[in-house]
Amino acid sequence: MAKVLIVAEQRDGKLKRSTFELVGASAASGNETHVALLGQGVEGLVTELASYGANTVHVADAAELKLYSAEAYVSVLASLVPSVGAEIVLASHTPTGRDFMPRLASRLNVGMASDCVSLQFQGSNIVVRRPVYSGKATAEVEFLGAGPRLATIRANALGMTKPDTSKSATTQKVAATFSGLKTKVTEVVQGQSARPDVTEAAIVVSGGRSLKNAENFKIIEELADVVGGAVGASRAAVDAGYRPHRDQVGQTGKVVSPTLYIACGISGAIQHLAGMRTSKTIVAINTDSEAPIFQVADYGVVGDLFQVVPLLKEELKKLKDH
Amino acid sequence: MQIYVCIKQVPDTETKIKLNADSSWIDTAGIKWIMSPFDEFAVEEALRVKEKTPGATVTVLSAGPARVVDSIRTALAMGADNGIHIEIPENADNNLAAKAIAGALKKEAKVDLVFTGKEAIDDGAAQTSQLIAEAVGIPCVTVVLAAEYGAGTIKCKREVEGGAFEMIEVSTPCLIAAQKGLNEPRYASLPNIMKAKKKEVKALKLADVGASEADQKIRYKNFQLPPPKQAGKKISGDPAAQAKELARLLHEEAKVI
Repeated sequence: MAKVLIVAEQRDGKLKRSTFELVGASAASGNETHVALLGQGVEGLVTELASYGANTVHVADAAELKLYSAEAYVSVLASLVPSVGAEIVLASHTPTGRDFMPRLASRLNVGMASDCVSLQFQGSNIVVRRPVYSGKATAEVEFLGAGPRLATIRANALGMTKPDTSKSATTQKVAATFSGLKTKVTEVVQGQSARPDVTEAAIVVSGGRSLKNAENFKIIEELADVVGGAVGASRAAVDAGYRPHRDQVGQTGKVVSPTLYIACGISGAIQHLAGMRTSKTIVAINTDSEAPIFQVADYGVVGDLFQVVPLLKEELKKLKDH
Repeated sequence: MQIYVCIKQVPDTETKIKLNADSSWIDTAGIKWIMSPFDEFAVEEALRVKEKTPGATVTVLSAGPARVVDSIRTALAMGADNGIHIEIPENADNNLAAKAIAGALKKEAKVDLVFTGKEAIDDGAAQTSQLIAEAVGIPCVTVVLAAEYGAGTIKCKREVEGGAFEMIEVSTPCLIAAQKGLNEPRYASLPNIMKAKKKEVKALKLADVGASEADQKIRYKNFQLPPPKQAGKKISGDPAAQAKELARLLHEEAKVI
């Protein structure tokens, strides 16, 4: 057992599911689980963190923390980590976690493991494995020198634990004053989509060039919406202008590990497989029975996506409505 | 204005990865090496700023084994003025690479702007940009999709999750880590490829930049290839039967719906 500090991630006062994964995993291994909660007016989130097993929540409340800022986050965390005496510091490998954690590692003069897909607690050390070459291989990370050990963990890699609302946590206020900040987040422009991000979603429905145009992605979107999933795309579809680059799954796009990945009309180029092969269950729908995507698929449907996808949507809708 | 671009040489995206004999690293034999794709956006952005700024120069830096000079030459052929190669081992970590590059930057008379790619597609750690900025002591904005250059500040559009953007004002000097979409990288013309061969690439060793192998803070080990997947189930029948059976399997067998 170790002293673990998890940096919570919230946007607009809503905690990320991936934060609960980390808190739950730390608590389940019997660690003394601390959470750093940064923001403005976020103290109300403590009870939810407690239900996943947080023992102590360190709340830094300041106007400068209302919107995420790497500079402000690191300034708070660089003093909080030693004052808590944390031996292990974890954050999610999200656009936020991957941005500030290397800077925190630098301030603490320690190494860090990014984007880990497995995590084991071993006393005050952690054993982590991470994909390299976008999942074409994985490697274990050995930390050299003294701790604390820092790592970011990929969303969905650990799985969720069940919350218990009878649990409670101690709240500690953290002083947060800032001077000489060189960056200022002036605004967060929300995306137009209500769908989850492709890297965070539990279900991803992706389309390839076989969709033929941007409008046809509507059937992919409708299937994604029925299951509360995200929409992804192959590089070919993105290069053809059917989808924005932020939806691209693959080595030069996003690397994802959802519980269910549905590839529609995607042949499965090596650089696409690299981005999604760690998904727990993979479905491929493609007219070409020889397409490489079928080699990684748990369930393969040789067929025309324009016929199968709308029918699948109806079938899944029936299951959801039950 | 002194502009710097840090690039990394990586295996081409089509590379089939194999492991070395004791699985302590990949087998690098026969690999085709390229400039990491995100770094091309960094080089292009540096060149665009230079073209709008009389008297500006663009210097390309890369840390790695001798082969990375080829990628420095690629950036020079795109239009960068000169290069710096810092020799570090093949399997150096992000910390050693960042210390080496930061050490080289600190030897320069003046650093106004540093560009990098948001991550390299080999280890995909997305650490080195921030580590360089920390070691040099300048602010840094990552995953930048658009940048507006003003006097003493840059307004950046940073991509975050769910199609949202953060608008960030950063004071210069600073480091900008480029995301695909920041610009459209140019191709090197044949005359520029010829000219690039004559441009200066300074060769530095770790000791020249105040770094040593002791700056390495993590090490990769026990590499594994993904386990071969068991043959999946092929679902036959007409489309309606296929959809129905697939939904059933996802619900009852895989239990993911």
